[in-house]
Amino acid sequence: MTRSRPRVGPLAATADRAPRLDVDALIDDPGTGIIVCCGSGGVGKTTTSAALALRAAERGRRVVVLTIDPARRLAQSMGIETLDNTPRPVVGVGPGSLDAMMLDMKRTFDEVVLSQATPEKARAILDNPFYIALSSSFSGTQEYMAMEKLGQVHRQAQAEGTYDLIVVDTPPSRSALDFLDAPERLSSFLDGRFIRLLLAPAKGPARLMTAGLGLVTNALTKILGAQVLRDMQTFVAAFDTLFGGFRQRAETTFSLLQAPGTAFLVIAAPEPDALREASYFVERLTEDEMPLAGLVVNRASPAARTDLSADEAVAAADRLSRTSEGSTTAGLLRLHADRVRMVEREAHLRERWATAHPEVATTVVPAMATDVHDLEGLRRIGDLLAGTVTDRVDRAG
Amino acid sequence: MSPVHGGAPAGNRRSDWRGVDLHVVTGKGGTGKSTVAAALALALASTGKNVLLCEVEGRQGIARMFDVEPLPYEERRIARGLPLGDVAPGAVNALHIDPESALLEYLSMYYKLGRAGKALDRFGIIDFATTIAPGVRDVLLTGKVYEAVQRNARNKSATVYDAVVLDAPPTGRITQFLNVNGELAGLAKVGPIKAQADTVMTLFRSPRTVVHLVTVLEEMPVTETVDGIADLREARLPVGGVVINMVRPRDLGPADLAAARAGTLDREAVAADLSRAGVEVSHELVDSLLEEARDHAARRGLEDSQREVVEALDVPSYELPRMPGGIDLGGLYELAARMREQGLA
Repeated sequence: MTRSRPRVGPLAATADRAPRLDVDALIDDPGTGIIVCCGSGGVGKTTTSAALALRAAERGRRVVVLTIDPARRLAQSMGIETLDNTPRPVVGVGPGSLDAMMLDMKRTFDEVVLSQATPEKARAILDNPFYIALSSSFSGTQEYMAMEKLGQVHRQAQAEGTYDLIVVDTPPSRSALDFLDAPERLSSFLDGRFIRLLLAPAKGPARLMTAGLGLVTNALTKILGAQVLRDMQTFVAAFDTLFGGFRQRAETTFSLLQAPGTAFLVIAAPEPDALREASYFVERLTEDEMPLAGLVVNRASPAARTDLSADEAVAAADRLSRTSEGSTTAGLLRLHADRVRMVEREAHLRERWATAHPEVATTVVPAMATDVHDLEGLRRIGDLLAGTVTDRVDRAG
Repeated sequence: MSPVHGGAPAGNRRSDWRGVDLHVVTGKGGTGKSTVAAALALALASTGKNVLLCEVEGRQGIARMFDVEPLPYEERRIARGLPLGDVAPGAVNALHIDPESALLEYLSMYYKLGRAGKALDRFGIIDFATTIAPGVRDVLLTGKVYEAVQRNARNKSATVYDAVVLDAPPTGRITQFLNVNGELAGLAKVGPIKAQADTVMTLFRSPRTVVHLVTVLEEMPVTETVDGIADLREARLPVGGVVINMVRPRDLGPADLAAARAGTLDREAVAADLSRAGVEVSHELVDSLLEEARDHAARRGLEDSQREVVEALDVPSYELPRMPGGIDLGGLYELAARMREQGLA
């Protein structure tokens, strides 16, 4: 091997020529009001969000972290038995403060309905079978509600001065960009002809039933059955007056995300799929002029402290095994070869990624052997994120 | 559908899942569920079955794994199983299911809509159904999977498969995904949708379907697997096996692991061995090897404790090794062979 040995930690990012992501500068900047963590599933998004929020709070910010994932252990690590729709204070944090909450999709939806509609109309909506299915069990609603909740928390923070930083974890959807698409989808739906079609019969005037509409209504009745169509129509009619407010708030939240006070962090793992998804996020965020702060690569394999290559190690292990079966040293050499191969592969993937996205600041966080069980564990991840500790090997137990 | 029960070649157990037509593979993000689904399709094909491998998340992961062009909404042959013993291997076909194509196909198969079909599109209803209307996506995706398992006369000249493998949404969403027809059946109390949803649920709840859960031996994925199994059982969906993926190499025996953990591995002996093997010995090298061993031993200890959790689940489990160089087509065949040895296929 002629190039310098692969290393994990902040040094690796500089070696890759990617600018290093300065996490502390980001969270210390009073101009940063919202941090959105996005990325594919299983890359440690929720943990990263919590660790960032805690670190910011301990550096003096007044923070609320909104998680989507119902990770009980994470809640417990913050000393909260179960997270819910109401922000709960995390004890033992200072000089700033940290509240944590988890999105309750149905309750958020219900609250919006209750706050926006007359009691009578709210009841009609809440009891509608189509609404019940929509708000509680169907996927996709989560993205709309995450947007809604973020807007709510932000408005409240502005009005009451409760928080100066909101850290948001995004839903584990197929593509978390569904989160960004929610307002536009809502708008295109509201402006679409379909909604007029659904509203037309409920509102009565038969003259609206043009030939096209009749054709479609008949087709829908045939496919869905009359009862489902009727439930949908009742729902849309009752909801009609609320749509405008929904759209307005969604659009406000969307422009809030584009504002300079927001920072997006793309979270990934050193795996082809996760990095591909990260590329997709970066491109999409750039396209929508969303402020991208950088990339966090979690779960990196810790590098070895020696230059001995994988091939050399395997060759030596084979020589030892020939003379003494079950040799401990041969085992050590094979383990070393395995680790070197993992580290090289990951470094290669990160380098290729950095070459394609040279402008994206990056920080690399080594894999932890255990999950986080307490605030101390979250602090440690915060240190690794900020690059203030550089221990390559995570010693567990 | 008539599964082929060929005699298992030497070295391979008989499959634990004989008589299963639909293998649903789920797992927490990052555990390698798509890899496991692909390898399972190869393993089933190696037993002589003709297999359809479906993906529903729009990622084109199958095309990448098998190194073929991105898949259209069309069944394509992508690989053959390995010839093992006297069983002639079957083929693996792949299908990338997207909701819009599934909806159009469904409409043309079941409803003669004619002009109304075009009107549905013009009114943005196709778009609404596949992107905006929550839940409809899942109904369409599971509906197509059902159609592939339960081929009928409406889909003329379609291939009939011995087994279908579904690379499904992740563990956190799997029960909702499979149960979406149940939800819909609850919503539509009568009518054609209700009938269709009920038929799909009957298949998913029958012994012809199993849901395998992929995990790695770490706390969060194992916890999610435990919760996922509870959710599936509550929804009366059949739980298959737990596939433990990316298991660390076992180059050290229990005694060495204990010594590595305690920091009592014999430095001098290691140094002597290294120089005997022709490696230039330095303090740094020996330190690094011992440190790596300690780290490995700690992680192996954690793996063992998580394995106990999985074993306590009363569900068959299967183990697949971690591939340090990543997964390529050869790697998939290797994993398929491990599955056959352990009776997953």
